[in-house]
Amino acid sequence: MNITKRRYLYLAISLLVIVPGMLALIFWKLPLGIDFTGGSLLEVQFASGQPPTSEQVVSLYNGLATPSVDISDPVVQPLGSDSLSIRSREMDDAKKAEVVAAMQQQYGGGQDVTILNFTQVSAAVGQEVARAAAVAVAMAAFAILIYIWFAFRKVSHAFRYGTAAIIAMLHDVLVVVGMEAIFDHFLNWQVDSLFLTALLTVIGFSVHDTIVVFDRIRENSNIYRRVEYETVVNHSVVQTLDRSINTQLTVMITLLALALFGGINIRHFVVILLVGVFSGTYSSIFNASPILVVWENKEWRRWFHRNPEAA
Amino acid sequence: MTRRPYLSLVIILLLVALGLWIDLSKQITVTNPFNSKPLISRNVDTRLGLDLRGGLQVLLQADLPSTASISTTDLNVARQILENRANALGVSEVVMQIAPPNRLVAEFPGLQDPQEVVASIQETGLLEFVDLGNQPLAEGTVIQTDYGTEGAGPNGIVTLTPTSEVSPTTIPTETATSVPTETSATAPATTATESTQATPVPTETPTTAPTIYHTVMTGASLSSVNVQAGQTGGYVIAFTLKSDAAGMFSDYTASHVNQYLAIVLDKRVISSPVINSQITGGQGIIEGNFTADSANALAIQLRYGSLPIPLKVVESQSVGPTLGEETVRRSVIAGIIGLSAVILFMLLYYRLPGFIADLALMVYALLSMMLFRLIPVVLTLPGIAGFILSIGMAVDANILIFERLKEELRAGRTLHQAIDLGWARAWPSIRDSNSSTLITCLILFIFGSTFGASMVKGFSVTLAIGVGVSLFTAVIVTRTFLHVVLDNVKFAEHPRWFGI
Repeated sequence: MNITKRRYLYLAISLLVIVPGMLALIFWKLPLGIDFTGGSLLEVQFASGQPPTSEQVVSLYNGLATPSVDISDPVVQPLGSDSLSIRSREMDDAKKAEVVAAMQQQYGGGQDVTILNFTQVSAAVGQEVARAAAVAVAMAAFAILIYIWFAFRKVSHAFRYGTAAIIAMLHDVLVVVGMEAIFDHFLNWQVDSLFLTALLTVIGFSVHDTIVVFDRIRENSNIYRRVEYETVVNHSVVQTLDRSINTQLTVMITLLALALFGGINIRHFVVILLVGVFSGTYSSIFNASPILVVWENKEWRRWFHRNPEAA
Repeated sequence: MTRRPYLSLVIILLLVALGLWIDLSKQITVTNPFNSKPLISRNVDTRLGLDLRGGLQVLLQADLPSTASISTTDLNVARQILENRANALGVSEVVMQIAPPNRLVAEFPGLQDPQEVVASIQETGLLEFVDLGNQPLAEGTVIQTDYGTEGAGPNGIVTLTPTSEVSPTTIPTETATSVPTETSATAPATTATESTQATPVPTETPTTAPTIYHTVMTGASLSSVNVQAGQTGGYVIAFTLKSDAAGMFSDYTASHVNQYLAIVLDKRVISSPVINSQITGGQGIIEGNFTADSANALAIQLRYGSLPIPLKVVESQSVGPTLGEETVRRSVIAGIIGLSAVILFMLLYYRLPGFIADLALMVYALLSMMLFRLIPVVLTLPGIAGFILSIGMAVDANILIFERLKEELRAGRTLHQAIDLGWARAWPSIRDSNSSTLITCLILFIFGSTFGASMVKGFSVTLAIGVGVSLFTAVIVTRTFLHVVLDNVKFAEHPRWFGI
């Protein structure tokens, strides 16, 4: 099995996933949840099993909106068969009570309307969280770069390993963010702090996976000193392939169980983890290691020349 | 590498027994066998986060311009005061944490309607100096005072009336000065309802109503409070009164020497010093058996009877109990299905070692649960997700080792050699890969703490514990089990058991 030989094919496959995601990100943007923008999230359950339609809820909110508590044009999303999740601008407890009473009266169908969850975030806090989130991702990347650099300090070109791992990690971040943009557009999801948690976990997992492969390369480089670097890398990837796939399978099994049987309120979180874990394994096998080979051969010299021999 | 599998086995079995004991009980008690007094008594019931049991979480932020610097001490003082108030309101299990630089996170489990509680804990606190007569009250006693019942604002300056005019609500000066404290039962303050001199009780039904004490002045009359070294050693608290209160206080202390003047915060006694002499010029000291810490604590309370910083609610979340129950039920089902699927997979793919890894996985689940209960870790929904995710990662270490084990066996090593070599070779990968996960956990934890995002924090804590315990189970438990089993099985006869 020769994985490093077809390295450009695998890098192209990655682009095939990343590019649409990035286009979705540019054109559709990431809709930020109230965690980042501020606002109110009201989740209500209708015991009658017949929640009102989105239009009905929007008109109910618009009717109750006042200049001081402007809750007009909320975003309504079904939550299971009998519940709704409604996001609006900030409202106080009195307004919440008013809204719920109106729902009870107009759409309760004689049965209870229960508040499952009511969250409020002020706009200032939201912006701060968004900023800190970016800092957290950057810090995680930096800390890991330093760690790998340290762990591989006895290997020649230790810096390459760290950089390749970070590139593979960025690959996973791009895949996850791009897929999130696509999911958000079609499923009406929004980016919340749980998405961020999932993203950071993917970062951890991605590097975890890459390190296992790199570790094998580190070991094999010492054993097969006379063998060509490309062959050593390929050999190491193939040797760790069983482990990579099996580990991914077990993690994905547990995540699938959570996605299928866990609560609906973590489905978004789990789906993002599934995407990220898959991408994390793919990138450690098909991106991180080939990048090492590209770097070793300094192949970029040939990218822009017609005659490869000229380099 | 020295192999003492049986010793390890005994230790592991002991840990498992401990895990079972803690996981299956709600309360653990260890009794001293010599005097049958309890040595340890702890509630080890699983703690569920607000998102799972229902309740209210609010994020309070200092209502000051962003340029104002707020010290951690200020935040801690505010937290302490709010906690006391919430407890005084009878709200149980309140959790308050500071989130520097300028926030507090308050969690009220089980509470549904936030408005009332939040409003009352947000109020500025009320510091009063209360005339106790001759009877000191224990710290923490909740009393009623006449302040605030006559329409004064909660933080306004009390109308300071000369003592003689308010004598109906105070112990008559003559009685108080003539009766020594030790025999104060004859001029009781707390048992005033039975006293013939029941003067401190202005209500019409003195037999049932609690004593109402007179407030001499409020914290608004204090201009400064400092801790000083006392002349006879120890510490004293020096205070200065605002000029408008100094004269009144001088008169009051002149006529109440040797009586108790309680310092009361939010109707709760925090100290009851005795008036030694008339306090003139608005400057006085409070003496007592203060240590540096207790003097400082009292000074802070005097200084900040009201909250040191004004707070406003910037984020709140209330979760109904139904959502939580449903989520717990579903997560448990998902966890059991996920765990079973992983167990099955390991068994089918790795055969005998897989079976042993499965045993180790159960030890892992048991020990993690034990740690969650002992530390204790508050389990939130993402926390449970982190735990379930770490089951997958726990297996990773075993998979790494078994793949190595197979390689060594194929290379013709004996079983025991292969096991030890497999472990030794797999270790750097396991160490480096798990370290990077722990680094991520740490950053998530810091991020979560800063914003009171307990969900993010819960996830990072459970994932980190999962990673730590899985290192132990993969490196020690699985290996011990394998050695023990192999001592009793001849590998040569059953290579298929190892998937070879």
